[in-house]
Amino acid sequence: MLSKKQARAFFLGGTLVTFLVFIGLTVYSLSKGNDQTHQENLTAEVVRGKEIWESNNCMGCHTILGEGAYYAPELTKVVDRLNQRYDGNGEEVLKSILMSPTPWQLHGRKMVAYGMSENEASDVVSFFKWIGNIDLNGFGEIVGIDRKVSPLAKEKNNN
Amino acid sequence: MKYKSQKVAYWFFAFSMLLLVLQIVYGFIMGFARIGFDNLHEFIPFNVARAVHTNLLVVWLLSGFMGAAYYIIPEEAQKELVSVKLAYIQLISLAIVAVTAVIGFHFNYWEGRKFLEIPRPLDYLVVVNVLLFLGLILTTLFKGKQQTTTALVLSMGLLFAALLYLPGMLNFDSQVMDSFFRWWVVHLWVEGVWELIMGGILSFLLIKLTGVDREVIEKWLYVIVGLTFLSGVLGTGHHYYYIGVNKIWLIVGGIFSALEPLAFLAMALFAVNMYRKGEKKHPNKLALYWTLGAAILSFVGAGLLGFAHTLPQVNIYTHGTLITAMHGHLAFWGAYAMIVLAIISYSLPNLTGRKLYDSSRGRMAFWLANIGMIGMTVAFGVAGVAQVYLERKFKMDFMVVQKEIAVHFVVLVLCASVFTTGIILYIIDFYKHGLPTDEALEIKE
Repeated sequence: MLSKKQARAFFLGGTLVTFLVFIGLTVYSLSKGNDQTHQENLTAEVVRGKEIWESNNCMGCHTILGEGAYYAPELTKVVDRLNQRYDGNGEEVLKSILMSPTPWQLHGRKMVAYGMSENEASDVVSFFKWIGNIDLNGFGEIVGIDRKVSPLAKEKNNN
Repeated sequence: MKYKSQKVAYWFFAFSMLLLVLQIVYGFIMGFARIGFDNLHEFIPFNVARAVHTNLLVVWLLSGFMGAAYYIIPEEAQKELVSVKLAYIQLISLAIVAVTAVIGFHFNYWEGRKFLEIPRPLDYLVVVNVLLFLGLILTTLFKGKQQTTTALVLSMGLLFAALLYLPGMLNFDSQVMDSFFRWWVVHLWVEGVWELIMGGILSFLLIKLTGVDREVIEKWLYVIVGLTFLSGVLGTGHHYYYIGVNKIWLIVGGIFSALEPLAFLAMALFAVNMYRKGEKKHPNKLALYWTLGAAILSFVGAGLLGFAHTLPQVNIYTHGTLITAMHGHLAFWGAYAMIVLAIISYSLPNLTGRKLYDSSRGRMAFWLANIGMIGMTVAFGVAGVAQVYLERKFKMDFMVVQKEIAVHFVVLVLCASVFTTGIILYIIDFYKHGLPTDEALEIKE
């Protein structure tokens, strides 16, 4: 029968081993050779866009990379989706939403009216475009435009 | 109560109850907004309500854990707390941080990072606060007559929880890196070191309530926390599947997070077995309800419902949907909220000398809160599954789907009302116990 000493050794040994493996995998997956984010495209505009994204807690309603609050749409690939819907004018539509002085409310659910400047809105769009180019191991196809749309959904979406 | 200084725990618990009520209020604001009644949008938009709701959860649980430590450590170490005055200062500073953060959220003063919205200057105050807390607890423990496994596991959990707050304070230009290290805090807290805290409190309660030999309980405590880390550390990988890092996490995260329910299953079996084995039948039935309830519901909420969407082939569809909210609610409730309510139920009669051990109000509180929370989980689950099929499989628009599933939030709000009734009854019971008193020292537990 297991003694208390053996149980303690199992706890300490197991924790140490898994933690070391975890650190090793972290180093491996974040190494340059394994970059899936196109780090070289991380421009000053993108970084400013991320700062605006964070300072307004956009994640408190939206999701990005599948993380957030599920109250407002996923914004990974949002530029592509809006381009498809608005004949290539996705960026302009996005900017007008961000710059709007009154709450944008599609289907009645209100968004905070941020009234951003043209430059700020442009930075946020750059951030979305950078996010949209990340290799997400298949999740990009789930939320992007290259997804297949069922006839039932098409009918609903068009109404 | 065996030591005068344990009384400080009462005020941490009272602060927890206050924040829990506020958390529920903001939960209702979100629930109604999802149905379409977002009349408070101008003053409390959804992102404010959400930040307040989740941060208050974290702070009231931490305050509960701290209260638990202030109650348990002197008793386990057989020594008065080294400084009661500093413990009160720590509580006041915790309250200042929490109130400032909550008010700040309403004025766009935050970091928009899920669960870690507290703005950076306040983060430093949190660090000072936690250092003070740890200083008091660890000094008391190591100056005490004995260092039991229960006390060591609890203190280790609290120490690692403090250390793991630090990766969340790192700055990154890349959203992917930001997210990667944010999970070091959030995942390794809730599926790692917080389970040490939970295990420590559970062990203390089982020793007190069942009378089973400490050596037996503490041996199994090691096995359980061992299983927790063995699966939970590499299980962090389930947050890395689809955020823009290497595919290796699909395999590692998939395998190890699938093992995570084992730790919770072990905890549930352990608690139930110790109860059945125990010859001592402690009269505090309410504490026993909450203790066994925590062990069982943590397995259902954190273990089973976590497993339900942890495999990569499932998660690719459920990632970023209400399925996460389903799992999150029952997991936090079962594993952490209930264990805090358990230690409060156990310690209150000992701190105040009023043995309201088996009141019908207390039993109603237990059942209504649990039935309400299970109902809420089901409502989130139904809404989540519908969302996954309509949005992710049939490719309908996000907002079109939200309108379709709004009705499930009516059910959610109804169940939340049942839950809230339970919590109100619990708090009335808390209030009826009165204030802690030194006279309770003479009363046999």
